[in-house]
Amino acid sequence: MTGGSNVTPALAAELGLTGEEFERAVAILGRTPNLTELGIFSAMWSEHCSYKSSKIWLKTLPTTGPRVICGPGENAGVVDIGDGDAVVFKIESHNHPSFIEPYQGAATGVGGILRDVFTMGARPIAILDSLRFGSPDHPRTRHLVSGVVSGIGGYGNCVGVPTVGGECEFHPSYDGNILVNAMCVGLARADRIFYSAAAGPGNLVIYVGAKTGRDGIHGATMASAEFSADAGAKRPTVQVGDPFTEKLLIEACLELMEGDAIVAIQDMGAAGLTSSSVEMAGKGGLGIELDLDRVPVRETGMSAYEIMLSESQERMLMILRPGSERDARRIFEKWELDFAVIGRVTETGRLVLRMNGEIAAEIPVAPLVTAAPLYERPWRRRAPEPEVDPASLPERDPLDCLRRLLASATLASKRWIWEQYDHLVMGNTVRRPGADAAVVRVSAPGNTIFKALALATDCTPRYCRADPVRGGAQAVAESWRNLTAAGAEPLALTDNMNFGNPERPEIMGEFVGAIEGMREACVALAYPVVSGNVSLYNETNGSAILPTPVIGGVGLIVDARGAVDLALKHDGDALILIGETCGHLGCTLYLREIEGSEAGPPPMVDLTAERRNGDLVRAEIRAGHITACHDLSDGGLLAAIAEMAIAGGRGLVLDPFSGALPRNAFLFGEDQARYVVETAVPDAVLGAARAAGVPARVIGVVGGGALTLTGAGAISVDALKAANEAWLPGYMAQA
Amino acid sequence: MKAVVVIFPGSNRERDLCAALARVTGHEPVRVWHRDASLPEADLIVLPGGFAYGDYLRCGAMAAHSPIMHDVRRRAADGVPMLGICNGFQILTEAGILPGALLPNRSLRFTCRDIHLRVENNQTIFTCGYEAGQTIRVPVAHHDGNYTADPDTLDRLEDGGLVAFRYCGPDGGLSEAANFNGSARAIAGIFNDTRTVLGLMPHPENATDPLLGSTDGRALFAGLVGALQ
Repeated sequence: MTGGSNVTPALAAELGLTGEEFERAVAILGRTPNLTELGIFSAMWSEHCSYKSSKIWLKTLPTTGPRVICGPGENAGVVDIGDGDAVVFKIESHNHPSFIEPYQGAATGVGGILRDVFTMGARPIAILDSLRFGSPDHPRTRHLVSGVVSGIGGYGNCVGVPTVGGECEFHPSYDGNILVNAMCVGLARADRIFYSAAAGPGNLVIYVGAKTGRDGIHGATMASAEFSADAGAKRPTVQVGDPFTEKLLIEACLELMEGDAIVAIQDMGAAGLTSSSVEMAGKGGLGIELDLDRVPVRETGMSAYEIMLSESQERMLMILRPGSERDARRIFEKWELDFAVIGRVTETGRLVLRMNGEIAAEIPVAPLVTAAPLYERPWRRRAPEPEVDPASLPERDPLDCLRRLLASATLASKRWIWEQYDHLVMGNTVRRPGADAAVVRVSAPGNTIFKALALATDCTPRYCRADPVRGGAQAVAESWRNLTAAGAEPLALTDNMNFGNPERPEIMGEFVGAIEGMREACVALAYPVVSGNVSLYNETNGSAILPTPVIGGVGLIVDARGAVDLALKHDGDALILIGETCGHLGCTLYLREIEGSEAGPPPMVDLTAERRNGDLVRAEIRAGHITACHDLSDGGLLAAIAEMAIAGGRGLVLDPFSGALPRNAFLFGEDQARYVVETAVPDAVLGAARAAGVPARVIGVVGGGALTLTGAGAISVDALKAANEAWLPGYMAQA
Repeated sequence: MKAVVVIFPGSNRERDLCAALARVTGHEPVRVWHRDASLPEADLIVLPGGFAYGDYLRCGAMAAHSPIMHDVRRRAADGVPMLGICNGFQILTEAGILPGALLPNRSLRFTCRDIHLRVENNQTIFTCGYEAGQTIRVPVAHHDGNYTADPDTLDRLEDGGLVAFRYCGPDGGLSEAANFNGSARAIAGIFNDTRTVLGLMPHPENATDPLLGSTDGRALFAGLVGALQ
């Protein structure tokens, strides 16, 4: 076979390969690659597929634990939840496509993460979406919000998997690079997990699902580069989603998975047929031969290059046990999906592609995977921010500040978004969006077991910018705290590392620092990472996003009847503040929204206190002592209390003692490891806290229709709710 | 009571519905694939919610031409009790079993939330578990739930007691705001002339379990079981 005469280092560079990487490809083949082979190298060695800048750091994260069945490296992580059940979950970004074409970009992001989960044999039971948009004032923001939200809804609603939670923030650093991270959670039998390693030379390679078209060619390469001003010109690299076909594919795959036909299975995600076939062969230490003439296509005249690099959606690759082809075909034909034998597993260790009676490509698999470039890129730590002295800030009316914070883009209710998502389908949504964590029942309806999962996504990017180590630890801690606040035992997490250009040392420093903080928190909280995704090059014209390591957390609730939420329940109950308050105002929402400053370091993260305080709260919830619970984060104590009042439609009298601290530092500081709980038995809770060495004290009592702050007046719960709920619908209604 | 649930490609609330029926009747309903030629004997036939055929054409338009619909039409004409929820309601209108059509919501957005319904007529097998005029809280989850029909049809529905439910406020009052999707005369559900077929947009099956926050939908299924036994 001859090399491509027109394949040059310049062409390789256009496809994203450096000169050195191109030479490495030539050395592996012993000749110049042809165009198809070059496309395969380019895709497999893209940042998106190879993790070449991040891998050495990701490896430092803890990934094991007594409940972990499968950690990173497969399509999704798998964790044992008892009774023979396993939870399967992963988060993934679709940032670049969503910026270019928000509806399809976000929709196919949902589709892709669903496939990662049902590929493992799990029925998807929940979706969460972590969204970050540019400044509300930026001319494109409204259009992007509208498109992304309808794309997520359009896909998730149609496939019938509830979208139960997530987050949505706005900041000018995302003006040119929005973040759309979708997390899917599925349920499987612990002894029926499906993996992707090919086995059994001679076994058939089967293509199922939708046909292959010319959409999304080189999407993985696009997602591994910065945007320039002409991002719109990349629209043809965005895929188009078909949730109806995905729904059929879920049902067909799960039906086939009830039997023993499948040896290995892999979805065709980024870099389509290329990455799925190479990864399956690579993991099995085998070769694979594909006959591209047999790939179902929806356009005529597609070249080998186009077929291999198409990112058409809703497609899977499977290796079947001999003799099971007929039964498998019957299932897929029932669901009106394409089913084609397109190749076989070989012992050669080579990827061989045939088309039109000729060999279109031939590449040794192992070097393509294991010899992929790995970079230890130079990195630089940021100088620490000087502390912000709360006493240096002007005194302000706390209730006026509260109203402004609740109406800020960050804290404003996201009801306008999640009411566009079907968050109830499947009939298991115990706690709906809008709380610390969503709660989804996993036992069969009507069952006498009430097992459920708590799910949340979290990150505070402004903390990560100011101090990546502390910010990384805080993201993990807040995730753990949100699950705890629902009464759950945090099990494991999936991470979505969204950063700028790793070739810049200060950006790489943000990445390295965030990983370091995450590692510390994961270890201290026994909260391992079981899957994840890295999205780099989130920059436009050299301006990077805030570092955004999103944590998707999963926790176990043994009896969902005992789960709590944040809504205040009964007049006369006491409100107890758990954890220590130091009045940290640096890097807070208060400082940004009220004083117009992003200065200061983020709050300290004391992981020992996190664990101790959280364990106490969880134990008290399980003991039935707590009727509502909310963790303290953006906006501090007063924002949390207000959210509890709004959710419960019930007021309270707050009599906090701020000691030597300025009042607003006490009320709006963002010290970590804190919760507010509502209880009818304050003595029991205070006694348990004392015994556990946890700071706790009564700060108020539930009742009335207003939030009354002793010495500062009152504001009605209705007014708080109006301030909190008006912003987003009002913003989106502006033409 | 033997219930049969018809599954179309793209149905997605059949599990919710089967769970609700099982909760009330004590046993799982029979599921029938849309390409089957005929339905088994049944006391109740249900068309569940979802996005049949992706709803890429008009909602329910493709499903209305599925092979099973021939028998569905015949059974409806024979007076076999039939319930269409959400996409099932859309399919029943597309199939001509119920009058009118469901247009996109006034907001042009998918809406998933709890709403209130006023029970307009409790003298039917579907609504006998409720008081006339009772207000119930159940969820909706749809993009195309804006009921429309010509004025004569609307008058006929009103005069014949064929309006099953109307969107209302928590106190039972009708208002522009409570009629969130813009339906003609705030209609959320209707009966056929013999009141043996009910189509409605809201999801009573998602309000049958105390763990999930509301049990107001339960009386619909419990009433059916009582009426059909």
